[in-house]
Amino acid sequence: MLLASELGTLFRRVRTIAMLGALALVPILIAVAVKVTTAGDSGRGPAFLDQITQNGLFVAFTALVVSIPLFLPMTVGVVAGDTIAGEASHGTLRYLLVAPSGRLRLLAVKYAGAAAFCLAATSVVVVSGVIVGALLFPVRDVTLLSGDTIGPGDFAIRCVLLAGYVVLSLLGLSAIGLFISTLTSVPVGAMAATIVLSAVSQILDNLPQLEAIQPYLFSHLWLGFGDLLRQPISWDSYGQNALLQLGYVTVFGGAAVWRFLTKDVLS
Amino acid sequence: MPQLAIETHGLTKRFGAQLAVDGLDLAVPAGTVFGFLGPNGSGKTTTIRMLLGLASSTDGEIRMLEEAMPSAIESVLPRVGALVEGPAFYPFLSGRANLLRLDAADRRSPLGTRRARVDAALERVGLTAAARKRAHAYSLGMKQRLGLANALLAPRDLLILDEPTNGLDPQGTREVRAIIRSVADEGATVFVSSHLLSEIEQLCSHVAVMSRGRLVAQGTLQELRAQSIRRLVVLSPDPDAARRVLAGLGLAPSVRVCPDGGAELTAELPDPTMLAENATRALVEAGVRVRGIAVAGETLEERFVALTGEGFDVAG
Ligand SMILES: Nc1ncnc2c1ncn2[C@@H]1O[C@H](COP(=O)(O)OP(=O)(O)OP(=O)(O)O)[C@@H](O)[C@H]1O
Ligand SMILES: [Mg+2]
Repeated sequence: MLLASELGTLFRRVRTIAMLGALALVPILIAVAVKVTTAGDSGRGPAFLDQITQNGLFVAFTALVVSIPLFLPMTVGVVAGDTIAGEASHGTLRYLLVAPSGRLRLLAVKYAGAAAFCLAATSVVVVSGVIVGALLFPVRDVTLLSGDTIGPGDFAIRCVLLAGYVVLSLLGLSAIGLFISTLTSVPVGAMAATIVLSAVSQILDNLPQLEAIQPYLFSHLWLGFGDLLRQPISWDSYGQNALLQLGYVTVFGGAAVWRFLTKDVLS
Repeated sequence: MPQLAIETHGLTKRFGAQLAVDGLDLAVPAGTVFGFLGPNGSGKTTTIRMLLGLASSTDGEIRMLEEAMPSAIESVLPRVGALVEGPAFYPFLSGRANLLRLDAADRRSPLGTRRARVDAALERVGLTAAARKRAHAYSLGMKQRLGLANALLAPRDLLILDEPTNGLDPQGTREVRAIIRSVADEGATVFVSSHLLSEIEQLCSHVAVMSRGRLVAQGTLQELRAQSIRRLVVLSPDPDAARRVLAGLGLAPSVRVCPDGGAELTAELPDPTMLAENATRALVEAGVRVRGIAVAGETLEERFVALTGEGFDVAG
């Protein structure tokens, strides 16, 4: 099966493993840094970091928040930008198509691979954060933004929901990367363009003059998961983000299909 | 009319202003080993890309294995093994893992026999010992063999091989030829491109010659040889008289004076029915002394050069 082969190839690749390893380091570095610097006094530093010392469960949460603007889009940009352009640059694209894989099927499998990477990357941050947090800091009940208190088991469920939210957030970017990847046979170019776009979107999202277009930026709701930390959970932002990402997946996925089905494979 | 494994009509590919392939009418009879000959840049690879549905044609029609391409791509390509513009692999995977992946790309290839078929293909090209090496550590010749193994992953009705002996040592070249012959003996059609006439001559029964995107000859090798221009060469100490006689027969001999006082007269025989013995008799009847007379055929090599044009520069 092509999808199994794609996942096997992607996740056995040294580059993929290295990126996941680097992502696993994010919560570890945060936790160790906080542990070392706050060994004696507390009260300094950003709010999240302060909370970590009180409760190890916050390590995963903090690591995810820290990874959203840069580390996750960067690694996702590498994988999504590589999808088609990487095959083209190796010359394997022509052999996959001659096999024949079918163009639409290959594109779908490639996108599924990128989405699987989004899931793996996010999960690695969360799992690594939970483990290192539990090892270095006390694990207590968590006080939510709404003031309610939940136990560690309930918090674990929220972490899963949060990870799902982040994965969802990255699907639009993956579709953009897939489309750019069909335009070139230089994977580094497609990767860089995808990563730059994720930065541009976040910058535009912070310019007050552009308020009118900001709700349509694919990164607009990347950090809008506060609703998941209330009791009861409000699903509004989940739904909004799903709609926004679906829009990007439709538009850029559609563009990728149109481009790839008509493309001359000359690499 | 025998069945055709590949058939194109007016196949054309334009890159910007350049016609890379120009009105190609190929007819590859089923069951033959067919050579696709042409100098660098003559459009061989571009044609093969269009046959395999990798590139769209600007104009023209393609039928492969009795079906229209590229509309029947899903049912035709599983029956076709191909090597296009050199082999290509994932450098970070082993040779074997590369083949497993490419085989998995074909939805119709049975999973149950995959490993056995991959191992058999590796065995067939002599790569069993290097199967677990990463492809980036393969030599050019090993990659070429791995590419051939990929083309042979399943029983094929048609093999399309673009310069399959590129980069192989003489031993490897012989082995590849043997593999191609064995595939042909099993009844498959083999379409091999090359810019080397000697390669095609040793392997193929049929040939098509490309030059600057156009087909300049097509047929059996024998037909191509028969088409080649034949020359009459007369050695005589009486060049003027000999020339008059030959001119009287409608020939236009060129004269080269030899150091011994005689001359060598060379004339193209325009018409294959014009026999050298007619010239001999005419010369003798006219009292021309003759030291020697012969008919020299063009070599296939000369014919190829005549068809495709001489010169080192690639047509732009
Ligand atoms: N992607 C492309 N864009 C523009 N022109 C191209 C492209 N690919 C090939 N060409 C042109 O098409 C012509 C035919 O090229 P092609 O690769 O088919 O030649 P070839 O017969 O396979 O040559 P070789 O023996 O060197 O492999 C060349 O003039 C080449 O410059
Ligand atoms: Mg070529």
